[in-house]
Amino acid sequence: MGAGHGGPLGAAYVAGGSVVHRLEPHLKLVAVLAFALVVVATPVHAGWAPAAYAGYAALVLGAAAVARVPAGRLARGLVVEVPFLAFALLLPVVSRGPRVEVLGLSLSESGLAAGGGLLAKATLSVLAATVLAATTEPRELVRGLQRLRLPALLVQILSFMVRYADVVGGELRRMRVARESRGFRGRGPGALRVVATGAGALFVRSYERGERVHLAMLSRGYTGALPAGPAAAVPAQAWLVTLSLPLTAAAVLAAGMLLG
Amino acid sequence: MSTAPAALLVEDLAFAYPDGHQALFGVDLRLDPGERVALLGPNGAGKTTLVLHLNGILSGGRGRVDVGGLPVRKRNLPEVRRRVGIVFQDPDDQLFMPTVGEDVAFGPRNLGLPEPEVAARVAAALEQVGMAGSADRPPHHLSFGQRRRVAVATVLSMHPEVLVLDEPSSNLDPAGRRELAEVLTGLPVTMLMVTHDLPYALQLCPRSVVLDGGVVVADGPTRDLLADADLLAAHRLELPFGFDPTRV
Repeated sequence: MGAGHGGPLGAAYVAGGSVVHRLEPHLKLVAVLAFALVVVATPVHAGWAPAAYAGYAALVLGAAAVARVPAGRLARGLVVEVPFLAFALLLPVVSRGPRVEVLGLSLSESGLAAGGGLLAKATLSVLAATVLAATTEPRELVRGLQRLRLPALLVQILSFMVRYADVVGGELRRMRVARESRGFRGRGPGALRVVATGAGALFVRSYERGERVHLAMLSRGYTGALPAGPAAAVPAQAWLVTLSLPLTAAAVLAAGMLLG
Repeated sequence: MSTAPAALLVEDLAFAYPDGHQALFGVDLRLDPGERVALLGPNGAGKTTLVLHLNGILSGGRGRVDVGGLPVRKRNLPEVRRRVGIVFQDPDDQLFMPTVGEDVAFGPRNLGLPEPEVAARVAAALEQVGMAGSADRPPHHLSFGQRRRVAVATVLSMHPEVLVLDEPSSNLDPAGRRELAEVLTGLPVTMLMVTHDLPYALQLCPRSVVLDGGVVVADGPTRDLLADADLLAAHRLELPFGFDPTRV
């Protein structure tokens, strides 16, 4: 199939054996969620907010360094926040209140703080999620969500997505090769009809595969729940190591609130 | 015919799909324990419909199916599905769990076996198909032939009494085909093999059954059936060019 580690979904994963890679996936999920909550809870208009953001950034970049996630990978992760970036850039222009002159533009002071805060919070949270995705294989993430008691149906849907992404991707590739082998160029409005037909065919094929998979599952005694394997108990130390990220972030937040 | 219960007994089985298409018109078939039988027939003969009756996925028509003396009925389904292991044609349909080990463990866990027993069965089943040590690999990292063999392991781990294989040699390269044959001949189970690959049927199954038009039209030693040119021609079965079943 020629797909990378973990299939096309695994493109986010950076293979490695660092301590971050080895942490339990469900603990990492908790840690990233808690870290994001701490970051979001930081008041944007406080004078000490930029210092707190710098502290959080040092934490998440430190985690990335320990995990040996390359800077390029982190940068690619940040692409998802581009829409937020546009909104954050708009805020200082459209907000009301006292204005400041920056490079000849009259900008709102509170808008600047809000926009900057939004940008910092989004960036920090996306960075943390990127480190998680880069150090945890997709199937381990699903296992982590299962351990965190995500509803069984959602776990099954995610699990099948991880398993079949590259099978469906392979079908998509073969259909494209077959189209192009017969001279299809994929340009102009006429192409849209062909591509839409292809998408429909892919949907039908995937639906039929779903039926066949279901038959195979029934044949092996499936009754509605994916049986989970044994889950090893997690030592307190693993909790401590994993949660050191959000706990330190919370300490930074607390320090800012008390001293700032 | 022995007096012990047949490994698989199909009597007067008829079935029509809800859309009215009738696929089976009264099939009789008996497999004794330890037999390896090939199920031959052209496309649309009703082979898959018959296979799906053997573990109760399809039911509701006329006739009966017994597995080791146990009737295929709703309340027996868990035990029937343990006794009859079906290996479907596309291993990507059969292998739906994230890793090989979890997939082979799927059946035993559904049987409610304790974890140490599950782990032992997974190891043994992978060993039987020559895939020991692959438990942690994701299925998409395996070759097609390896995936086919793991698919066999996913039902072997349930300790089936009857193994049903749907087109086991399809899409395999010659080496993969031979490796699978070596695995299958070494298994101590009753086997029903649906195939278009007539030399493979001759190699693995002393007995063959020809299904066409929803009824059994021939049942006998594979070599005799394959040597009957009129029978083959009447049911759209063809030997590969140059293949002489009497000289193998």
